[in-house]
Amino acid sequence: MTASAIELKGISKSFGSVQANKDISIRVAPATIHGIVGENGAGKSTLMSILYGFYAADSGEIWINGKKTSIPDSQAAISAGIGMVFQHFKLVENFTVLENIILGAEDGGLLRPSLVKARRVLGDLAQEYELNVDPDAKIEEIGVGMQQRVEILKALYRKADILILDEPTGVLTPAEADQLFRILARLRDEGKTIILITHKLREIMEITDEVSVMRRGEMVATVATASTSPEKLAELMVGRKVLLRVEKAPAKPGDDVLRLKDLCVTDSLGVDRLRGVTLSVKSGEILGIAGVAGNGQSELLEVLGGVRHGTGSLSVNGADLPLSGPGSDGRDRRLAGVAHVPEDRQRDGLIMDYTAWENMIFGYHGDQGTIMKNAQILAESQSSMDRFDVRPPNARLAAKNFSGGNQQKIVLAREIERNPDILLIGQPTRGVDIGAIEFIHKQIIALRDAGKAILLVSVELDEIMALSDRIAVMFDGQIMGERKPTETDETELGLMMAGIAEGTRSPEAAHG
Amino acid sequence: MDKMPAWADAILVPLISILLAAILSALVILAIGEDPVAAVKLMVTGALGSSYGWGFTLYYATNFLFTGLAFAIASHAGLFNIGSEGQAMIGGLGVAIVCLMIPWPHWALALPAAILGAAAFGALWALIPGWLQAKRGSHIVITTIMFNFIAAAVLNYVLVNVLRPEGSMDPASAKFPEGAHLPTLHEMLLPLGINFSKAAPVNVSLLIALLACVLVWVLIWRTKLGYEIRALGHSESASRYAGIPPVKIVVIAMLISGGLAGCMAINNVMGEAERLVLNATEGAGFIGIAVALMGRNHPLGILLAAILFGFLYQGGAELALWTSIPRELILVIQALVILFTGALDNMVRMPLERLFLALRKGRAS
Repeated sequence: MTASAIELKGISKSFGSVQANKDISIRVAPATIHGIVGENGAGKSTLMSILYGFYAADSGEIWINGKKTSIPDSQAAISAGIGMVFQHFKLVENFTVLENIILGAEDGGLLRPSLVKARRVLGDLAQEYELNVDPDAKIEEIGVGMQQRVEILKALYRKADILILDEPTGVLTPAEADQLFRILARLRDEGKTIILITHKLREIMEITDEVSVMRRGEMVATVATASTSPEKLAELMVGRKVLLRVEKAPAKPGDDVLRLKDLCVTDSLGVDRLRGVTLSVKSGEILGIAGVAGNGQSELLEVLGGVRHGTGSLSVNGADLPLSGPGSDGRDRRLAGVAHVPEDRQRDGLIMDYTAWENMIFGYHGDQGTIMKNAQILAESQSSMDRFDVRPPNARLAAKNFSGGNQQKIVLAREIERNPDILLIGQPTRGVDIGAIEFIHKQIIALRDAGKAILLVSVELDEIMALSDRIAVMFDGQIMGERKPTETDETELGLMMAGIAEGTRSPEAAHG
Repeated sequence: MDKMPAWADAILVPLISILLAAILSALVILAIGEDPVAAVKLMVTGALGSSYGWGFTLYYATNFLFTGLAFAIASHAGLFNIGSEGQAMIGGLGVAIVCLMIPWPHWALALPAAILGAAAFGALWALIPGWLQAKRGSHIVITTIMFNFIAAAVLNYVLVNVLRPEGSMDPASAKFPEGAHLPTLHEMLLPLGINFSKAAPVNVSLLIALLACVLVWVLIWRTKLGYEIRALGHSESASRYAGIPPVKIVVIAMLISGGLAGCMAINNVMGEAERLVLNATEGAGFIGIAVALMGRNHPLGILLAAILFGFLYQGGAELALWTSIPRELILVIQALVILFTGALDNMVRMPLERLFLALRKGRAS
């Protein structure tokens, strides 16, 4: 039997009283794609950080290609042949591709020899793995998919034989993701070993050879991908049976609650972010906005929620609301019956250092008098936290001490309990574990069934497909078109997300 | 889960920091050939050994309370108001105008008016940097430092050209009239049969400062405004989401901060000097920053820290008076305390946190 590319033996790591990794052992065979799945907080990132030298394990051994190796820092990881592609790219935006590739791996004091060498190596790599990029393009000028390729090239340039990719498809269109998978397959066929960290079970099934499942810091199973199913993996991740599909009755849409016409937004740099968005949301329906991150969905939510200014016209329940100037801030929107669960709950939706009860009134504190009725707020918060099953059920704990899923439940409880007419909700389950996803989806459906209007923005196409009664696809600040989830599929939506407009679509492109 | 109990965070960490600063100070005193034990004795008896010493310690502490609270309010809004010094100077101008322009029959009438004058002038001096920060993004640290210099220049001009009495060679205002004389602690305690030192400058302003502590506590932790100030200080982005207007909150926080700093003038100008002199603030605005940092921006912590710094000020003065330890060494000691409690906070905190975690783990297993 050949030596494993990577073998971890009994790795344990704890942060204070939290045990992030408990006695983890894993073997990754060379020239395979090995998936690692697990809920948020299961310890995947910690394990990979240990492998890449960011953390030192409390105990355990790392074996690379049959040799016991110690990895005290990332430099050691690189020289051991490990390359890492982070979820958030580590590229210098105004450097060229070539400059980014040699950054930190320069051969001497002068740049030119390194650049010449990198250009040659890049050419070889491009040929070998079909990883084509323009070496002289600036990072800020190329797309996200290309940037990811640069990250992979960076690792290969440093002679990585083992590539670790952390949630690589989060920012990609389905088509770009497919392309990435083709590249990964090619790399594997050429003898590289790839570790893919993801929470998307579909990707695991599609591309990996073997998959390891982590739960609460432990490695619960390693199985051959061919012999498992998404349902089985989900069950392993959560420790109980999970409903992957959302159960809901057909929508009973009523009248328009929100009407938006010709919304335009220009950001502080003068770039048009939204270019004439027109849409409406009816009571009792969920309108899903699909799109690759960065195509204007965030700006749309922010304008509707009163966080950002724009031009155009907006009415809620027939009453016109200003899009800029006085009367257009978040508080005015809430008074008009618009509740808003922001995309980034930690940055916008919560004050992380505030207690849960202080957060439960955040944005609605304007109803208070000069002196806040803290005792009453605390009591009310406690009971709505109980209703939304926030764990631990302690309203005096600071928001930062809750897990991602429970933080989201706090935000949801705050916004839903105010009985809004329309709920704006962005990335409802980003960074939320599977168990909580189920709960959050049920709450959204329940709100819809109570006759409320819901505008859902998510970069998870699966989530949009599962929840929405109507789907609008955004690309480059415009709505590319609307579809019923029952009358479309991921391929068509994926094309629309990539900016291929309706009508111009040829039949073979739809299946290509 | 918190890494260590609240009492350790609030008391143990600063206590150890002070101890380290004291040890280092002792080494410095040893190095210049003096006896550190004798020096400590002298400082303690000088600052706390008599009602005279206490009178000075508390007088200084009153100054630091106002400027410490001023810094804390701004700090809660995420603003580093380094301009208490200038705001207190200009506050002094407000006090002087109130006291000199109106023939006050009794201090009980003069004091509220002087507080208003001091707060209004101090607030005005903080308003401009605050407004520039909120509207134009001009960094408050830079603008408030600049305003300290402008305040000193303004005061210089006003004292020399406007407020200086005819024929006087001194760049100072005339003495305030008798009706604006604030009762000292000696005068206040005499009816109770307590004979507090007559020479000590501590006065009724101390009570105002204590009241300010309570008011600031209520404002920060009990009012809607305080909630919004703290929210903005933690996250501007989230505040925008919640519909909290950042410009308004920044301006209001700076007004309150400047007002509190200005109020220091009722202690040092109205209570002690009873006239406006050049450089009356004596750096209390900067000490206020250290006091607030050490007190973790909490009024109770600020109270304790203000007394500590009052002790250092008074004890230091005694040291300079009675030994050959140079005055500059006092600055060294104060600087060490600031260094350890402010800048090197984590040096003490992190090992302590680890210790508590280890203890907890030991107990659990």
